[in-house]
Amino acid sequence: MNRKCGICTGCGDRRFRWSLSFAALILLLILLAFWNIGAGSVELPAREILDILFSPRRQQDAGWHIVWDIRLPRVLAAAVLGGALSVSGFLLQTFFANPIAGPFVLGISSGAKLAVSMVMIALLERGIMMSSGFMILAAFAGAMISMGFVLLISRRVRSMSMLVICGVMIGYICSAATDFAVTFADDANIVNLHNWSLGSFSGISWENVRVFAAVSAAGLILAFLLAKPMDAYQLGEVCARTMGVNIRRFRVELILLSSLLSACVTAFAGPVSFVGIAVPQLVKRLLKTGKPVLAIPGCFLGGAVFCLFCDLIARTTFAPTEISISSVTAVFGAPVVIYMMVRRRQRTEP
Amino acid sequence: MTVGYGKTPLIRDIALQVKRGEIVSLIGPNGSGKSTILKSVIRQLELMGGAVLLDGKSMRAMTDTEIARRLSALMTERIRPELMTCRDVAAMGRYPYTGRLGLLSREDKSRVEETLELVNGLDLADKLFSEVSDGQRQRILLARAICQDPEALVLDEPTSFLDIRHKLELLDILKKLVKTRNVAVFMSLHELDLAQKVSDYVVCVSDTGIGPCGPPEEIFTSPVIRKLYGITRGSYQAELGCLELEPVRGKPQVFVIGGGGSGIAVYRRLQRQGIPFAAGILHENDLDYPVAKALAAEVIEEQAYMPVREETYRRALAVMEGCGQVICSVKAFGPMNEKNRELARLGAEKMRKMAGENRPETEKL
Repeated sequence: MNRKCGICTGCGDRRFRWSLSFAALILLLILLAFWNIGAGSVELPAREILDILFSPRRQQDAGWHIVWDIRLPRVLAAAVLGGALSVSGFLLQTFFANPIAGPFVLGISSGAKLAVSMVMIALLERGIMMSSGFMILAAFAGAMISMGFVLLISRRVRSMSMLVICGVMIGYICSAATDFAVTFADDANIVNLHNWSLGSFSGISWENVRVFAAVSAAGLILAFLLAKPMDAYQLGEVCARTMGVNIRRFRVELILLSSLLSACVTAFAGPVSFVGIAVPQLVKRLLKTGKPVLAIPGCFLGGAVFCLFCDLIARTTFAPTEISISSVTAVFGAPVVIYMMVRRRQRTEP
Repeated sequence: MTVGYGKTPLIRDIALQVKRGEIVSLIGPNGSGKSTILKSVIRQLELMGGAVLLDGKSMRAMTDTEIARRLSALMTERIRPELMTCRDVAAMGRYPYTGRLGLLSREDKSRVEETLELVNGLDLADKLFSEVSDGQRQRILLARAICQDPEALVLDEPTSFLDIRHKLELLDILKKLVKTRNVAVFMSLHELDLAQKVSDYVVCVSDTGIGPCGPPEEIFTSPVIRKLYGITRGSYQAELGCLELEPVRGKPQVFVIGGGGSGIAVYRRLQRQGIPFAAGILHENDLDYPVAKALAAEVIEEQAYMPVREETYRRALAVMEGCGQVICSVKAFGPMNEKNRELARLGAEKMRKMAGENRPETEKL
């Protein structure tokens, strides 16, 4: 196929590829959303789901409650938070010019997790339940602290693998601290906390949905508005500066945004591994471009699809027992990361 | 302006001016501050004093975009963008002109194509930037800088790490650019021979600050260059751009009869082998003369455009007497170097005598 726009060659082909990819991702998203709502201890066929979703008269039904109270919030959580997480990963990869950066490997998710569990335990002992907004705030603080450490380290080490190793170590320290806190806290709610600290999309309320949807949407729009300087930043800091990018402001914005997005995810779903690294890589390969204007929405859709798929597996494989979402995402995400590292090594050291 | 890293000024109170349609080159030894000056001009480094003016307007008073539309740069930063085609990279130069999302208009696109054509990069356009050679990459990066439609272009050692062909191509593109788009080019160059040929104005930068400045004819003289780079071993013939190693000193063992460029290879071989030699009889305007001057232990010379005089000839004869071997590299003799024919004949005789009758006569090269 060789479509031309009259000015340059090849751009028609690329455009075709992009539209096709986006169409495929959206289709997959809808398909998986239905599947996720339908699958479980009570199987619901697609027609019934549609019926339940669009007709308010069946409120007495068990099916109505299953869909509206349990499965739909969960599906929304998996989709929106998965998307936010992978966009956050994309931002970090751009920032560090490092294809294996991500909120989980850099310890940012774990930092957020630590902060949230600390605050939660402190409040639970006084008998207060945390509001969604406050959870995000705590997670954001934790994420920023981890991010601070990572930034400090990144000034000292040039090599991207070293940076990632340091990030993983920060993550372990935070996880260990969280485990301590959870072990010694005495409350029945700790069981919940334990589940959450492994990563899970269960137990999401509509109040949660409203908050994370608002925060993710804001983060996403802001990220999209940063697409242009991000594009220039891929050509290096010096180059971007000569093209009129205010580097200092841009870097701060990027850091704040990626921390906000991953904090939002961690606050509600706990640390979810590998989505932040693997999905942006896969999406970039799919679109055959790293252009943020395309990659940011692409990453969001890709992350949503990936998390819905993984959550489906987490929920249904060993039902009624649930696997933690991180275990599933790791199974699919880790090979991608290994592949990336090997490929990269080959190219730099032929 | 005063420039430097951190808090210590490296070069104080300098004033430079670049006109549109002109190439100004900075030359000087490694670490003298060429890059520092350039980095300060493009604001990568904070100016420690003074100001950079674009068209008489201080850059401090301009917005980032305003500056980017007038000034672009190609620095030495190594980049490895992922999954970007060469066209994508070049098109990034349109950054200061595109809207909020950086989408290219038709005009932007045709500008990019024009520029790619200017740098002979059209056939690279759809290849991935990470998969083309260093020379091609540099060309594409230059295209990016040109796409910015600047009035002034700053380049930091644009030709380093390129092979000779790509160096020539790159400078050729710059020349074209300066002429057709009336751009001011301000760059640092390591290759003196190239700087000499491409620049309209040359600025010497040394550890002590800015040295002599002027058109290349004034700067590329042996004393200026020797002083700038502190050359003590070997020699640099600035007018010709001819770089030679240190001569082998001592009593000449070989007498080389040269001329018209035929001697250069012989001189260099003798230098490599560490044999001191004498060169003669050379006219001062001979092609061999500068090389002989740089490498020979002794040069018998004659004024330009003059037939060889009797006394010069006698001096050459005396020196040849003292040498163990004679090499004649000249093939053509005429009225001006008639005496060299005589020398060659005598030399051949001398060699025959020394080696007995069975050795071939004068070694021919």
